[in-house]
Amino acid sequence: MSLTPEQVRRVAHLARIEISDPEVHSTLGHMNEIFGLIEAMQAVDTTGVEPMAHAQDVAQRLRADRVTETGQLDEQRAAFQAIAPETEAGLYLVPKVIE
Amino acid sequence: MKQWEVVIGIETHAQLSTQAKIFSGSSTAFGASPNVQANAVDIALPGVLPVLNRGAVECAIRFGLAVEAQIAPRSVFARKNYFYPDLPKGYQISQYELPVVVGGKLSIQIGEVEKVVRLTRAHLEEDAGKSLHEELGHQFVGKSGIDLNRAGTPLLEIVTEPDLRSAAEAVAYARVLHALVRWIGICDGNMQEGSFRCDANVSVRPVGQTHLGTRREIKNLNSFRFMQQAIDYEVQWQIATLEDGGRIEQATVLFDPDSGATRAMRSKEDAHDYRYFPDPDLLPLVIDAQWVDRMRAQMPELPAAKRDRLITDYGLSAYDAKVLTTSLELAGYYEAAVAAAGKSNAKACANWVTVDLAARLNREAREISDSCVSAEQLGGLVARIGDGTISNNIAKRVFDAMWNGEGSSADEIIARDGLQQITDSSALEALIDEVLSANATMVGEFRAGKEKAFNALVGKAMKATRGQANPQQVNELLRKKLG
Repeated sequence: MSLTPEQVRRVAHLARIEISDPEVHSTLGHMNEIFGLIEAMQAVDTTGVEPMAHAQDVAQRLRADRVTETGQLDEQRAAFQAIAPETEAGLYLVPKVIE
Repeated sequence: MKQWEVVIGIETHAQLSTQAKIFSGSSTAFGASPNVQANAVDIALPGVLPVLNRGAVECAIRFGLAVEAQIAPRSVFARKNYFYPDLPKGYQISQYELPVVVGGKLSIQIGEVEKVVRLTRAHLEEDAGKSLHEELGHQFVGKSGIDLNRAGTPLLEIVTEPDLRSAAEAVAYARVLHALVRWIGICDGNMQEGSFRCDANVSVRPVGQTHLGTRREIKNLNSFRFMQQAIDYEVQWQIATLEDGGRIEQATVLFDPDSGATRAMRSKEDAHDYRYFPDPDLLPLVIDAQWVDRMRAQMPELPAAKRDRLITDYGLSAYDAKVLTTSLELAGYYEAAVAAAGKSNAKACANWVTVDLAARLNREAREISDSCVSAEQLGGLVARIGDGTISNNIAKRVFDAMWNGEGSSADEIIARDGLQQITDSSALEALIDEVLSANATMVGEFRAGKEKAFNALVGKAMKATRGQANPQQVNELLRKKLG
């Protein structure tokens, strides 16, 4: 299977990546190469092999339901917000989003 | 005129009652100052990793057991990709192909008829943060404020099959589900705070058509009343549109309580292309049979089973049993009251809990857990009515006294205030003789044929006994003496 330039534009848009027309064509080439690899893998007969959701065949470890973030939480917030472009009254400010 | 059939499926987001978030150790408490409960994982700083909260998984298992679903021995977390400022990672961790709870069912009551609603699935996911718009003040026109305290709060998304056929059925389902998640202690059900939010997928089709019509999804219904109004409006709108020769476009809509109308969100054609894939940061969630068995052993008796037992064991009406099983707390209170009053007083306990106590709680806007009269106190009171020590009317006085903290038990108040019924007939006769001689005019009127005067004399006699006589007995004695 191979992609169309339109599909590349759509994927770029979904990922919020700005992409110029020449880049669409180079990206198309890269992605089609990847699809080639996938096709090679798809050709392997996996009948009877259970699909895995993760490369490692182990189970998720769980944490106890306990609050571990305690102490100077407003200081921690101040540290996080020091690198934010704009904040006010503890809130991160962003361009207005409303549906 | 075509006949239309309404088809509804409901998706519910229930915030799980854990202490910590689903993938971090931040608190989930409601109402904190913005962003103080958002740590490096919650705000998605680079390099952080999610670690799943065991408590959230146990909530999901409890739910699965309560609706007789399959608990998946192996389920997988997936990334749901979309961009929104209150979603810091650019994806929500959810479950897609392999959810933790599969199938299940819930019974609802529609008038006299019981209907079974099939559940498709229930999966674990994280909540997003909150965007604030108007609250910011006029100097921030054109800005939104982001509070990530809610980001990472565990949610169980519960999805039904398209089995519901009216707004009334949808609301009945939502109410039963709401009561259940509170009953099994996995969600506080606080709809104002957004702990329990429903989306309704609504479509219509001509009666007899087998394939479903195009659906529109009404988002974020946070009260049962709005759910009813929103679905009613949406159904009328869809039917009117189709009858006018129009088409329904699949869309996400919001309900505006002020206008009572639904309106389509300004959504792009790619809004639903979430490009799910298994989250490489999380390994499969494995739940073994032993864990499920341990959880099953901790389950409370479920509402339907308790309702049946109250009817068969205590002889309650179906109505009383239903009212008493609206919450685990109320049912627990009732059973504790019966334990104190004795099983022979079970019906009287039901009346006291559903009438007198309920009215008092309602008047003072208290929950059953904040009742001023404990179940043991109420049971003690009902026992004294049952054995004839006091009348129902006196009992109301004793109840008031207990409510106001004027005595710790019915027995104490009855003894202290001398409230036991006068059963000694010679004492009662003496009192009645006094009443008759003090009210000679009334006696004359009665003898002259005025039946009304008799009732007035009964009133005088009851007053003289301070309500402590059996009215039946007073009546009989008066008749005899006037006879």
